[in-house]
Amino acid sequence: MSELITIGISDMKVSVNPASFVTYALGSCVGICLYDACLKVGGLAHIMLPYFPKDNPNEQIHRYADTCLPRMIRAMEDLGCIRGRITAKIAGGAKMFDVADDSAFGSIGARNIAAVKETLNQLQVRIIAEDTGLNYGRTVYFYTENGEMVVKSFAQGTRSF
Amino acid sequence: MSIKDLSQLNDMHIDVLKEIGNIGAGNAATSLAQMMNRKIDMVAPAVRVLDIADADRALGGPETPVVAILVELHGDIRGIMMFVIGQKFAQTLLQGLLGEEKSDCLHLSDMEHSALSEIGNIMIGSYTAAIASLSNLEIKISVPAVTADMVGSLLTVPAAEMGSVSDKIIFIEDDFINSNDIITANMMLIPNLESLNKLMNSLGIAL
Repeated sequence: MSELITIGISDMKVSVNPASFVTYALGSCVGICLYDACLKVGGLAHIMLPYFPKDNPNEQIHRYADTCLPRMIRAMEDLGCIRGRITAKIAGGAKMFDVADDSAFGSIGARNIAAVKETLNQLQVRIIAEDTGLNYGRTVYFYTENGEMVVKSFAQGTRSF
Repeated sequence: MSIKDLSQLNDMHIDVLKEIGNIGAGNAATSLAQMMNRKIDMVAPAVRVLDIADADRALGGPETPVVAILVELHGDIRGIMMFVIGQKFAQTLLQGLLGEEKSDCLHLSDMEHSALSEIGNIMIGSYTAAIASLSNLEIKISVPAVTADMVGSLLTVPAAEMGSVSDKIIFIEDDFINSNDIITANMMLIPNLESLNKLMNSLGIAL
């Protein structure tokens, strides 16, 4: 049994098989699992916001979808992965609070998902499974053994993708 | 100079936030005691500036089930205030308010939902009133939004929603003593930085 690698907020790691990743309690944040099935190399990222702020270059690269994902692909390519083989599974991006008098509040989850999809599209990485949106928190496990993403939540129990 | 990041808050700023926490918690204990019709004492609150990840840990780990009540702040201070209570505190509150034994606070009925929303409104209002009276600033709060879920999934929302450039939040931890039980309430203040500077300026302790 391989060690469980924990991915914090605004964090990303990739590894060769065997490796298991977990990121706990995604709310509006999005977890992205990338996988090259031929090499069984994979990784998990936990982004918090959509786009890197250009006026603040000292910011953390891994906090933002549009800067974290290219870096993640490069890390996988360094391990021998081929871009065209890499597939993605994504989870999270929920709307955790419904503020009655402000309908714009809570849109960050949806904006995160949109940015993740746009960035993956630009990188020509296919999304083959997603468990996104709605209104509940999710813990995501990802296994390089078979590319399986397991999502746990109080609302839906344990589901495999 | 102004504060660009919550980590720049010094001891003096923290002391002021503690005082706000003290007054707020005092008001809140009084309101709670009246609503629940029992004696409630409080211990001096602890105020800390924490990373979200550390706040997770302080509340029992990211997957711990909690009830969070969130309001948006408008007026002179803009930002978010969130009141986070554990299962045990939620049970005590619902027992005191509705007279019901609730074992699972993840699935709330409409009645429970609105009772907790009202509690949040009063508790958060106690703190915003404390801030307003000390600073002479006007603060309005939105209708509270109540969600029960994993604490980690809720704590990141205010910072993300405000596009925050740091993972830090102001964390006010209050212990309320209700007969022999100690119940902990956690108040989180996430002001936008302009508002935080405005607040510190009007309290006369700009950085």
